[in-house]
Amino acid sequence: MPYIDPHIHMVSRTTDDYARMAQAGCVAITEPAFWAGYDRSSPKGFYDYFRQLTEYEPARAAQFNIRHHCWLCINPKEAEDPGFAREVMTLIPEFLDRPNVLGIGEIGLNKNSKNELTIFEEHLGLAQQLDQLILIHTPHLEDKLKGTRLIIDAIKRNTNLDPGRILIDHVEEHTAKLVLDNGFWAGMTLYPDTKCTPQRAADIIEMYGTERLWINSAGDWGISDPLSVPKCRVEMKRRGHTDETIETISYRNPLTFLSQSSKFSTHG
Amino acid sequence: MSRYAIDCPATKSQVVDLYFMEHRAKLLDIAAFLDRYDRAPADDEGHRGGAAGEDFRVAALRKALRILREDGPERARRIQEHFSDMTEQPIEKAPMQGALGVPPVSRT
Repeated sequence: MPYIDPHIHMVSRTTDDYARMAQAGCVAITEPAFWAGYDRSSPKGFYDYFRQLTEYEPARAAQFNIRHHCWLCINPKEAEDPGFAREVMTLIPEFLDRPNVLGIGEIGLNKNSKNELTIFEEHLGLAQQLDQLILIHTPHLEDKLKGTRLIIDAIKRNTNLDPGRILIDHVEEHTAKLVLDNGFWAGMTLYPDTKCTPQRAADIIEMYGTERLWINSAGDWGISDPLSVPKCRVEMKRRGHTDETIETISYRNPLTFLSQSSKFSTHG
Repeated sequence: MSRYAIDCPATKSQVVDLYFMEHRAKLLDIAAFLDRYDRAPADDEGHRGGAAGEDFRVAALRKALRILREDGPERARRIQEHFSDMTEQPIEKAPMQGALGVPPVSRT
């Protein structure tokens, strides 16, 4: 059964990971722009990063018949300096027409500060102006619930964006219903310690159903697992879920959301 | 009729068979962590403002254990909310880039 990992940071992973993901059934991935683990010293660092996401990574993934796509933005962890963030944002439009770019992401909030919120709203404006899909990062741990509320409020207050074209990621037990009830798509990230385990993700699927919900690994340079999507499928199977439910959550739902961009494909 | 979207496909005994050992081990990890914390010497700069002068994260963990013992559904959601910053307004400036797992005492 093929799967899609709709959120993974392959720039931080080895080529071995691509090989193992392909062996486990991965046919397509999407890679949001994110924090490198340190703050870039100039907007030129982002220019190079956007080239990596649109030129180098698609070629590396193609060696394993995995179709690589990406999202562009300045992430919220580097949005505390609005002047710097706006300089980076001026780089985005020239990359949006590249063949693997699906939209704007992962924008959102990190510590729920005023500057983060300002830059998030400006990204929403850019997405609305250029009619782009949006992938949103919600904050970590103690900041997640408040940040999710602020994000939904900002979208509703400032835009007329269609929630069906927005994925709000990293939902957990206390935010999944909030996101789904407001008409957005929701992503569950499978992390060993700081987000959902495969067991808890399966619990959330049982509580809220499979409509507009997907799973992803968000594998990056930290403690994370690029095979967590197939491991969650094994967990669901072990518990007795049907192949149809498992396929919906790990393949059909990401396919449906991402196919709103004509650039998305599962053909390596 | 179930209040949830999809019934858990496993029966109660199957849930226990599948998960008991894993969660027995996790419970022992929590017990051992609290024992380790109790055995550890105090920091030179003193305690970090929680209940009874305890580290605020440990104080939040002890309170979460009380939620765990309560009856009723969605314990995971309730503990997540207990570990959350429940203020509503954006903060003036991000003090750091990471997260601590529970809100600082000023926002509880």
